Amino acid sequence: MEAKDFDLQNIDISWCPGCGNFTLLRILKETFAELQIKPQDLAVISGIGQSSKTPHYFKANTFHTLHGRAIPIATAVKSINPNLTVIAEGGDGDMYGEGGNHILHAIRRNPNITNIIHNNMVYGLTKGQASPTTMLGVKTTLQVEGVILEPFNPIAVAIALNASFVARAFVGDIEQTKEILKKAISHKGYAIIDIFQQCPSFNKINTFEWFKQNTYYLDDKHDPLNRIEAFKRSIETKKLPLGIFYINEKNSFEENIGLYKDNKDPLCFRERASDKIQKFIDSKMR
Amino acid sequence: MEDISIVLCGEAGQGIETIEDILTKILKDSKYNIFAVKEYMSRVRGGSNSTEIRVFQKPIRAYVDRIDLLFALSNKSLDHLKDRISDNTIIFGDKEILGDIQKVIDIPLSKITKKIGSSVYSNTVTAGVICGMLNVSEYEFRNFITKYFEKKGEPIINKNLEAASEGFELAKKIIESGVTIKVKKSEELSRDISKDILISGKDAVALGALAGGCNFISGYPMSPATGILSFMSTYSKEFEVVAEQSEDEISAINMAIGAWYAGGRGMITTSGGGFALMEEGVSLAGMAETPVVIHIGQRPGPATGLPTRTEQGDLDLALYAGHGDFARIILSPGSIEDCFYLSKYAFSFADKYQIPVFILTDQYLLDCQYNIPSLDHKKYGIKRYVAQTKDDYKRYQFTKTGVSPRGIPGFGEGLVIQTGNEHDETGHTTENAILRKKMVEKRFNEKLNQIKNEVIYPELLGGKAYKYLLIGWGSTRNIVEESLKQLREPKLGFLYFKQLYPLPREVMGYLINAKKVIAIENNASGQFANLIKRETGFDIKNKILKYDGRPFSVEEVTTRIKDILEE
Repeated sequence: MEAKDFDLQNIDISWCPGCGNFTLLRILKETFAELQIKPQDLAVISGIGQSSKTPHYFKANTFHTLHGRAIPIATAVKSINPNLTVIAEGGDGDMYGEGGNHILHAIRRNPNITNIIHNNMVYGLTKGQASPTTMLGVKTTLQVEGVILEPFNPIAVAIALNASFVARAFVGDIEQTKEILKKAISHKGYAIIDIFQQCPSFNKINTFEWFKQNTYYLDDKHDPLNRIEAFKRSIETKKLPLGIFYINEKNSFEENIGLYKDNKDPLCFRERASDKIQKFIDSKMR
Repeated sequence: MEDISIVLCGEAGQGIETIEDILTKILKDSKYNIFAVKEYMSRVRGGSNSTEIRVFQKPIRAYVDRIDLLFALSNKSLDHLKDRISDNTIIFGDKEILGDIQKVIDIPLSKITKKIGSSVYSNTVTAGVICGMLNVSEYEFRNFITKYFEKKGEPIINKNLEAASEGFELAKKIIESGVTIKVKKSEELSRDISKDILISGKDAVALGALAGGCNFISGYPMSPATGILSFMSTYSKEFEVVAEQSEDEISAINMAIGAWYAGGRGMITTSGGGFALMEEGVSLAGMAETPVVIHIGQRPGPATGLPTRTEQGDLDLALYAGHGDFARIILSPGSIEDCFYLSKYAFSFADKYQIPVFILTDQYLLDCQYNIPSLDHKKYGIKRYVAQTKDDYKRYQFTKTGVSPRGIPGFGEGLVIQTGNEHDETGHTTENAILRKKMVEKRFNEKLNQIKNEVIYPELLGGKAYKYLLIGWGSTRNIVEESLKQLREPKLGFLYFKQLYPLPREVMGYLINAKKVIAIENNASGQFANLIKRETGFDIKNKILKYDGRPFSVEEVTTRIKDILEE
């Protein structure tokens, strides 16, 4: 398969020139192609925001849903049809703000989905207000004297909740981001991948260059199975680490509900024997 | 006596539910018709809760204020029920707890259970007294108790058998003292009641959903709707249904929508306050044309209101939930049978029209139980409307009916593209004005017109050639039906609506035939009467409304109907 197998014709992309989303769109197509995942077997569930429009720009089963709600929808999709590769995609406002509660509980529930968060540290669609990841002191039209809320640290939160797979990437590095994404998608269980990207229209501070200067990759010495070390790295502020912070192999939600133990058929293709209810009523209710 | 009303009253955590469970089953096995309903306070311990069990020859399935036998198990019981206790009420209780009240027939539970070893056995002693009074065979009672406590092991069984003997012994003494109760058994009836099923409203909703193919349920615990989720959780493996307690109600409805998108049949169960959080999901289902089944077990609002009590106050909420115009269906079962059949049908409806379908019940209906011959899983059939896709598949293809073939991801060569934004036929977003208009008409007008062709008709009870017509919906059904039997007014009919929206096209036909139309609703504004006015222009002036958090009783309905007829 090739990335162009995911191309859609005649699309009118609504992103600004220079947006990090363009790179991520390319990265996604190449990643799915390299993983040999057919568009028909892929379900990309997104929330609301510029990043959540991404699934409209490549071939996949798509559900562009409500602000913050991609995760519960993706969770249910995977439980009804585990044969699908399920992605929950959105931005930092969508996932960490509006959908914040769902992330916490998706980590606990551990569905086998990949949660991609476009993190440009600003609101794009609503034009430049602070997002949960905007740095302290940054001035916007709403935070006129600068952000006073402590920025949300998704990596530290995920490790604190003992998440199954925790990673961070930067769209400026296509190859590394693809490698991290491939591992996230292939990982069994909930994989969160926070992806730094520039917003040339509304974030004049955390630019492409800024991300380049202020990030570094975790090296081979980092043991992703060591939770304490992973947490230490996640709270570093001088330079922000990229790569796979933490891996915690455990049963997925679909395994834990026990409905796929003896029967691998997706629930959506199973038929309940029609007299099963009748037998139940006539025996158990008497 | 034709029927007796037994009321058990005690504190939360005292075990009234166990007594109810034992009594309803053993009495049904002894060929009595059974109706039971509970009212309880929103607390885990203390307070005063009561259960009414009606035992009767003919099948009657409604709440009455009248108490024939009262088992007052706590010192607050008599005060809690003071408005319902009459001179004819026979009161039983432990004088050590209630004090030496002359009217009370002593059942010295503390003394007896101390002898047996623990106060937990007071449940079996009380059940024994009641069964002894009602002439249930002690042999059968002992067999039942042995089976009931089978899993708890022999020592516990033996203690309960000892408690049973004490109960029967006490009943014998009470009868010897001149207090006797006789209810005709239903042996004269053509069918054997002991072979009936005994089922609650909540179990009927859950089983109906399963019969409708439900394989996904999500919810956040909230009285009185949690029972459906716990039923599904208990039988998750047996029926292959994902039953998930979600982090909040918003997650619950979005999960159910996701389940449908993937080809499952999802439902959510909640009450009004929880549903308030789900409204955006209803909008999404409307715009994305994704089916979803929403069960709302109504309780009095606004806000937390009266968490454990009953009301029919959420019709407006269901009717107007979600912004924008799109089709929906609202069902309102009023009997346990309809809880099953309509919950089942809701899934076919939702699947066929790709819309939200509401099932409105309430605390009273969910918490009541009675015996019926059985439920027929074949009735209403089960239809699936999922289409296998080709590579040129368009999720929102325009059709004559407004309904597009619904594909699911991974079933066929097509891609299933959905969005909560306005979209073109393929499912990609658009701001084209012509497309927008066509899509609104597809989702709203065209679907609604189709649905109106297969509305579930209201049932006309009582006088077919009516001059006076009562209009009701949902849980008032059985209460009004019993009231009609008492009133014996041949010119009085009762139109029980099981589908509230959309209304049948012929609804005016029913209304204009009556000289007087009376709406009966368990809410303060007459929400259904208002809906009828909105849809037909017909203004129902007479309303019997109740909004104190309690269900109507047969007596109250009878009195209030009489008052209006005599006006």
